Amino acid sequence: MSGYTLTVTRPPRQRLDLSPLLPEHLSGMTAEDLAALPLACGNRQLRVDEVFEIASTDGEALVIRNQGARLDFLGSGMTGGELVLEGDAGAYAGLAMSGGKLTIRGQAGPFAGAAMQGGILEIAGNAGDWLGGGLPGERRGMTGGLILLRGDAGRRAADRQRRGVILIEGNAGDFLGARMVAGTTIVLGETVGRYPGFAMKRGTLLLRHATGQMLPGFADAGRQELGFLRLLNRFLAPHSPKYAADAPHFTALRRFVGDAAAGGKGEILAAGD
Amino acid sequence: MIIKGVAIEDTFAEAFGMRATRLIVTADTPEWAETAGRSLTGFATSVIACGCEAAIERRLAPQETPDGRPGITILIFAINSKELQKQLQLRVGQCVLTTVGSACFSGLEAAEQLKLGGQLRYFGDGFQIAKKIGERRYWRIPVMDGEFLCEDQVGMTRGVGGGNFLIIGRNTLTVRKAAERAIAAMSKIPNVIMPFPGGVARSGSKIGSKYKGLPASTNDAYCPTLKAETATKLPAEAGSVLEFVIDGLTADDISAAMRAGIAAACDAEAAGDVLQITAGNYGGKVGQFKFHLRELMA
Repeated sequence: MSGYTLTVTRPPRQRLDLSPLLPEHLSGMTAEDLAALPLACGNRQLRVDEVFEIASTDGEALVIRNQGARLDFLGSGMTGGELVLEGDAGAYAGLAMSGGKLTIRGQAGPFAGAAMQGGILEIAGNAGDWLGGGLPGERRGMTGGLILLRGDAGRRAADRQRRGVILIEGNAGDFLGARMVAGTTIVLGETVGRYPGFAMKRGTLLLRHATGQMLPGFADAGRQELGFLRLLNRFLAPHSPKYAADAPHFTALRRFVGDAAAGGKGEILAAGD
Repeated sequence: MIIKGVAIEDTFAEAFGMRATRLIVTADTPEWAETAGRSLTGFATSVIACGCEAAIERRLAPQETPDGRPGITILIFAINSKELQKQLQLRVGQCVLTTVGSACFSGLEAAEQLKLGGQLRYFGDGFQIAKKIGERRYWRIPVMDGEFLCEDQVGMTRGVGGGNFLIIGRNTLTVRKAAERAIAAMSKIPNVIMPFPGGVARSGSKIGSKYKGLPASTNDAYCPTLKAETATKLPAEAGSVLEFVIDGLTADDISAAMRAGIAAACDAEAAGDVLQITAGNYGGKVGQFKFHLRELMA
């Protein structure tokens, strides 16, 4: 398959739903078919070529260049292939994606990687609230895959996370890992907002620096050397030079267990002093 | 066929299909990894009475192991997957879980899987934690020196057990020396183990016994002290015989090991002292695999 580059030339005034533009759907599709593909925009539908200029490329990836458009549901439900957004994404980027690689070379809005099941979501800038979280009313957030956030996360990142790994290279907002059930979320930045691990049942929050304002439902279990971090270090180092540089600090971590209000089998591992 | 003065008998080793798995055991130091491995592979010389055949396959440098610590690989062979599952669980549970600072991983990519951490996790009494990192799932089981880290499943493959050959020589010293050379050579071959003590068996057995209920007894045809009272298969000048049993992940691995072992046993040092190389079989009707000595050494 040859890839396509779609460049926003006529940004619509309403938000645009990009969920039909998945690399696996586009394989074998002609440029004409692609141009005629309908995209939901507010209460109407627009053809792809009403918004984008389409160019074929030799590469395999689908590249979208955005300037000025509000592109929601980028890579939503994606199962394979590679999708790159040059510019900012709106809400729900990588929603429930289960495979492939989605790269956002800009900022991402709320619910990026929400209900994600697999694959890799990389965001070069910051992400909004509910990174890797669950949709409102859903019982589960992220259940698999890897989120690499180079910037800062908003509030409620890793909400109801069930499995998978979220690496936040920057800071995290309030209620990090709230209601978490399992999985691993790491924050390398200097600050974490209030109440990390609120009502978490199980799972791991690994914090390079501050723990933020801790809930009373967490108890200090002292400094521990944990063998699984060697596996995590090996897994994440190729994805994140910043993580690789910080990994030597992930020995003798302070282990806080909680939240006692929700069973108390979760852990916050803190590398800071 | 004669190699450096040693007669290679026109016979074959007969081997059997078995189920096999490979573990990687790591620890803080190479010594502790080795200790775990020795413990796990203790009393695992023969499926006749041990439930499995197991041995340390090789030592791993830190950069070769999943967690970057020194380690070893262990191969375990059993007659069926149920027995292998049972032995794996018992042995890792009693010997690796208990070893200072150890961790245990799958060392074999295979379609079929055995449960490991998935069973041992119950030792954690509810405090165990599952961690999925990449595509692999691990268990963190709290123990008194921290956590025992153990992979959820390990790969299982169809291996081959019972490849063998015998060195017949003039006396115990020369045969033991030849055996040591053979073991040193075979230890370098990947995917095989020699499960007997030091890799060598001195008490080769035949099927059955004059005593009721005993499934195996001494292989009197190869006992030098019995030359005058049994139908001996030994030449008159033979004073000692040692046997090697080789289990491998594939028949080719066993062939490679037998070739290396026989060549090392028959080197220049052996001249005049090692008389003959032969192999054990059951007439060729029982095992699925045959290793003809002369074909191997041709």
